[in-house]
Amino acid sequence: MSAGTALASATGESKRVRGRKSSAPGTGRERVAGWVFTSPFLILFLVFSALPVVASFAMSFTDMRSTDISTPFDVNFVGFRNYGHLLTDETVRQAALNTAAFVIVGVPVTLFLALLIAVGLNSGVRRMATFFRVGYYLPAITSIVAVAVVWKYLYAPDIGLINTALTKIGITGPNWLEDPNWALPSLIIMGIWRNLGSLAVIFLAGLQLVDRQLYEAASVDGAGFWIKFRHVTVPSMRPTLLFGAVITGIGYLQFFEEPFVMTQGGPLNRTLSVAYESYNQFGYGNYGYSAAIAYSLFIVIMILTVIQFKVLKPNT
Amino acid sequence: MSESAIAIEHDTEILMYDEPEPGEATPAKVHEKTTRSNWVVSGILAVGLIIVVFPFVWMLLGSFKTEGELRRVPPTVFPEAPTLENYEHLWSQLNIPQFAFNSAVVALAVTVGNLLFCSMAGYALAKLVFPGKRIILLVVLAMLMVPGTVTFVPLFVLTSNIGLVNTYGGLILPFLAGAFGVFLMRQFMENMPKELIEAARIDGANEFTIFFRIILPLAGPALATLALLTFLGNWNSFLWPLVIAQSEDMYTLPIALALYSTGQYASQYALLMAGAVVVIVPVLILFIFLQRFFVQVSATSGIK
Repeated sequence: MSAGTALASATGESKRVRGRKSSAPGTGRERVAGWVFTSPFLILFLVFSALPVVASFAMSFTDMRSTDISTPFDVNFVGFRNYGHLLTDETVRQAALNTAAFVIVGVPVTLFLALLIAVGLNSGVRRMATFFRVGYYLPAITSIVAVAVVWKYLYAPDIGLINTALTKIGITGPNWLEDPNWALPSLIIMGIWRNLGSLAVIFLAGLQLVDRQLYEAASVDGAGFWIKFRHVTVPSMRPTLLFGAVITGIGYLQFFEEPFVMTQGGPLNRTLSVAYESYNQFGYGNYGYSAAIAYSLFIVIMILTVIQFKVLKPNT
Repeated sequence: MSESAIAIEHDTEILMYDEPEPGEATPAKVHEKTTRSNWVVSGILAVGLIIVVFPFVWMLLGSFKTEGELRRVPPTVFPEAPTLENYEHLWSQLNIPQFAFNSAVVALAVTVGNLLFCSMAGYALAKLVFPGKRIILLVVLAMLMVPGTVTFVPLFVLTSNIGLVNTYGGLILPFLAGAFGVFLMRQFMENMPKELIEAARIDGANEFTIFFRIILPLAGPALATLALLTFLGNWNSFLWPLVIAQSEDMYTLPIALALYSTGQYASQYALLMAGAVVVIVPVLILFIFLQRFFVQVSATSGIK
């Protein structure tokens, strides 16, 4: 169902295959074909994907700067100095706080709303389902940059639609993107808006697998919408919900385009994200430090991924 | 057979719930209640849908207004005198055709590369037995979750040393063969009957003939999925083009839009709305045609 379980099954299966055929790894012809077919991919993949992952790790322990770019091996090993530095760096600390807030606030709200939408789509609005799906999915397939440009206009303090509408009902809206207290919440709202639909579609697939008899039994017992949601839907959907939480969390952990377009990390670094700060340090020429920031983020992402695999492994 | 591939087939079937399900007759009482709550649910969904789609509608309407009309309070909903001047401005003065061309070249080249290299490798990993296969598979799986944020600095150093900064090669090459593509193709091909390949071998077909004539034609759905996801991902891609495209003639559309919207055109909303439309429309058209298919794939693969 999910990428997580698919991975688990993929590795598990190859183990079985190997166990059975361990003495004879293919005919001569198959061996040659196997390597011929994989080598174009493998060369590109090793050079442009695998090598940079290792190099990024190595780089994070050096003092590499942009001036070392043509002599990448002629740099000094500085141990954990970059990592030590980022623990005391006020800007990084602010970026980490912002990123954490984005994830901690954004993930539960996105999950809850997406599940409500999925339940709605699942509970019979069949005629309109295609229409709803296209609409709800739209933000996820469009460029974040384009979407951010539009939202910047919606959030504009004097002429933006949000404040114009608020004025109508007697509320003076804040200067969303330039008020230190509102800037990050503004981006989180946009993030939720963007991820809601695609997550709802994933949940919908999960909901279709929930045993209908459970709902019928609950209905017979007189359970209303909320009781069914709380006691049938949520427990049955636990693996899908966790999967949704992890992929949404991984996405939010890397938020970058939104502040790049809408706030440039401001005001007062309140919308600076970890990914953004890594990009900024790269821009300042501090390659080693930039890699250390990126790798720290990567470790958090890996932890989330491992949690997902561990929890999702048994029969989903 | 792998579980996930079964899940894909399974979900494909059950997701087509637009058609009424014959076996779903419910007692009248329950049905009545369901109908009433359906209206409530539909209402909530419709409000949600309006909120989700509204920014796009607002963008589209805005792109046909003049800057003056766009800044009016209270705002007009429909453009008073629909104008194409924003688009004309984009075309004549901002080099948009060049950016669109760059975006298309990069997205198409990366898509073609992934289709070829990933299906070949996916086939080998699914159906051929050769030494080293398990290690390759493990590396591919391990790399599935690595985000571009982690690799862009060393990748830039590498690209710079092979002289590809600010070139199409630099924009395309790093993404020409991705772990996800191999994973997807392998999962799909895993289910193809081995007998098909063995029969072809007995008939004297060589390995290339088997792959190109027998396997690839059967992998249509997986290829289409991979093509769609790769194209979308690269059309919208941001961080790497931002790093690697250093002169205007190499910008892709999202880079151009981001830099204009934070630079000299920051307050020209009408122009920016038109720019956003240009970025979104190709993807939107693709999506509307392939939405059912796309949604199924996303639901089963968890790709956003």
